[in-house]
Amino acid sequence: MKKTIFSITAIAALAIGMIGCGAKKDGGGAMSGSNAEKVYVAPGEHDEFYAFISGGFSGQLAVYGLPSGRLFKVIPVFSQDPEKAYGYSEETKPLLETSYGFIPWDDAHHPDLSQTKGVIDGRWCFINGNNTPRIARIDLKTFETVETIEIPNSAGNHSSSYVTDNTEYVVAGTRFAVPVPQRDMPISEYKGNFKGALSFLAVDPTSGEMDIAFQIMMPGFDYDKAHPGRGKSHGWFFFTTYNTEEANSLMEVNSSQNDKDFIAAVNWKKAEEYMAAGKFKTMPANYAHNIYSDRTHSATTTWKKEVKVLNPAECPGLVYFLPTPKSPHGCDVDPSGEYIVGSGKLSANVTVHSFTKMLDAIKNEKYDGEAYGIPILKFEDVLGGTVVQPGLGPLHTEFDDKGNAYTTFFISSEVVKWKLGTWEVLDRKPTYYSVGHLMIPGGNSQKPWGKYLLAMNKITKDRYLPTGPELCQSAQLYDISGDKMELLSDFPTIGEPHYAAACPADLIKPNSQKIYKLEKNEHPWVAKSEKETKVTRKGNEVHVQMTMIRSHFSPDNIEGVKVGDKVYFHVTNLEQDFDVPHGFAMIGANTSELLIMPGQTETIVWEPKRVGVWPMYCTDFCSALHQEMQGYVRVSPVGSSTQLSWSLDGE
Amino acid sequence: MKTINLIVAAAMLVMFASCGGDEPKQEGSAAAPESMVKKEAPGKDLGVGPIKSVELGEIDPALVATGLATFEAKCTACHKMGKRFVGPDLTDVYDRREPEWIMNMILDPELMVKENEAARQLLMEYSAPMANQNLTEEEARGVLEYFRTLK
Repeated sequence: MKKTIFSITAIAALAIGMIGCGAKKDGGGAMSGSNAEKVYVAPGEHDEFYAFISGGFSGQLAVYGLPSGRLFKVIPVFSQDPEKAYGYSEETKPLLETSYGFIPWDDAHHPDLSQTKGVIDGRWCFINGNNTPRIARIDLKTFETVETIEIPNSAGNHSSSYVTDNTEYVVAGTRFAVPVPQRDMPISEYKGNFKGALSFLAVDPTSGEMDIAFQIMMPGFDYDKAHPGRGKSHGWFFFTTYNTEEANSLMEVNSSQNDKDFIAAVNWKKAEEYMAAGKFKTMPANYAHNIYSDRTHSATTTWKKEVKVLNPAECPGLVYFLPTPKSPHGCDVDPSGEYIVGSGKLSANVTVHSFTKMLDAIKNEKYDGEAYGIPILKFEDVLGGTVVQPGLGPLHTEFDDKGNAYTTFFISSEVVKWKLGTWEVLDRKPTYYSVGHLMIPGGNSQKPWGKYLLAMNKITKDRYLPTGPELCQSAQLYDISGDKMELLSDFPTIGEPHYAAACPADLIKPNSQKIYKLEKNEHPWVAKSEKETKVTRKGNEVHVQMTMIRSHFSPDNIEGVKVGDKVYFHVTNLEQDFDVPHGFAMIGANTSELLIMPGQTETIVWEPKRVGVWPMYCTDFCSALHQEMQGYVRVSPVGSSTQLSWSLDGE
Repeated sequence: MKTINLIVAAAMLVMFASCGGDEPKQEGSAAAPESMVKKEAPGKDLGVGPIKSVELGEIDPALVATGLATFEAKCTACHKMGKRFVGPDLTDVYDRREPEWIMNMILDPELMVKENEAARQLLMEYSAPMANQNLTEEEARGVLEYFRTLK
């Protein structure tokens, strides 16, 4: 019976398929089976796009494929990850070092991809840590976090980590104004005393390494979101502000008093001139700069002791304020660089400023007063257009390659498509529910690939099987290749996704590294062959230089370890083949396991507490003899005369 | 029932044929493979892989030295001379195998185990599949040269 039904269904489906054959596939509607087809990537086939989706309060970055929505990897960035020993292994711990000490988590927000000439180049992904202000760089050859840098004088690194057209800078603006330098003072004296630092991190074009080139010390507003100028506005950076009231309590009321806040337009080319002319002040600071090396397979921390600061009141032409209604959140610049979209989250309209008009207003000094020495331009003189009442609670805008903009509306849970220049609303589609960010591959650059739109939702309520009080957040994929948007699929995300970045897989896939070459391994405790394995003692420190290959450890029998010792397992994976990692686990290890890629060396510390003979084993199924990949460490009492020895197969 | 499925299959073929745009993928041939193991020329088992022939001259001491270094770095975790270990004793491997077979086993052990009977027998005997250590052809040639010096 079932078979009959199946066959009839198959024939019916086939009939539809045959009728559909040759016709356009964007028909849509509930009867269309094509939505499933559009997101179906057959087993063994690859997705068209990589998407890097922020892991929000998980502190991590998730790598998905689009259109399938399949999760490939969670890249640990700001939080420890015992699965991969990130932040637990001796080599990766320094990546989480800060001036506050070792911080095992953060709230990761806005990933952005490196660009060349305003086009995504697939080299690096940057992402900001919001709580303990930091920016991280992920190398897209290895999909590993290779650098973290702390941002001094900042608190709530939210208007971050967006990159300029040629990745000259990645930006880090503070959300919370704070006393600069920090000091003991009454909170009520906030107004006029607190400051908001906007940091510009220069990116080395070859190595990708970041360095804080300068900070602009702005008035004590909240700097919410940011976007670099593109194309014609290259050289400028735009930041939305709220709390221009400079309130310090019951902010939801007290920082929503002004009819308009500002978009701060920063001329960073001018800043470079002021820096070259020596107009900066050098401030003492203390912040961590952590870099991971693929040669030593280890990260190191450098302590930076000063930062260069520009005061906009002393630097004419550096910053202008563009009045923007109602606590603007999203700050987005279209691919041409002409339009700066400010989404007043309490406004019924979406405000769009014109870069050309802004330059004209600056040239003709059409000022409407100033704030802390920074000229305020007249709203009417910079206004490019208004999208009238498109929805409730506008947040973020991205762009396609056909002159359209797409804005999310948190309160009315929808994505609205509108036309740049005419400001007319073209289409709207619901989201499920309470959408925050959205992303179009390349949609914040000069070259969007306007095929898909990903909306990221804060709330899922009834969308999936319930999992108790805590529910997942989600991403929803829309086809935007036609006139009307079409919802294709939705899938859960890790943490709360604040923004994402995506690009065609071809920009990254060919460069993806397969192994680390053993001969290039410069780890100080590497054993490049079984001949080089050994165990050495330095006081109560025992260093085991161990190797692994399918499917044994060398050595796999160790004696002479004593209770109270600190045993460092420096484990090198001798494999030189793609996708053959090995794991390493030691009973009673208080840290984590290790997961070691071919040619890599990693280290964990084990502090044996009890006498006995204790096993270790490989945690990553590596071959048919994986279960045999095991060994023993003999632990003797304190003061025992058992000599340090190690062996494999009796040798 | 079978008839209906056949009709479906036939209709699908028609559909694919009529849709010029979507070329059907070349799936693995439906016909049963004759044998997974390729036939070897009698007496000479060259194995399968990138190496079709090896030219051998006088033993080149420089090449032996680099081959030994490569062997020490990439192979000794599983092979010990004069002793069966994870893998076979290789002291007389040059006498047992064709030079092409040796290099193919080094360069593409996965393919060898799949398609070469002798390699498959080794897997049965030793259980541990030989690891591909990603040697270059040049490095594998060096290892072969080193094997030539062993007895």
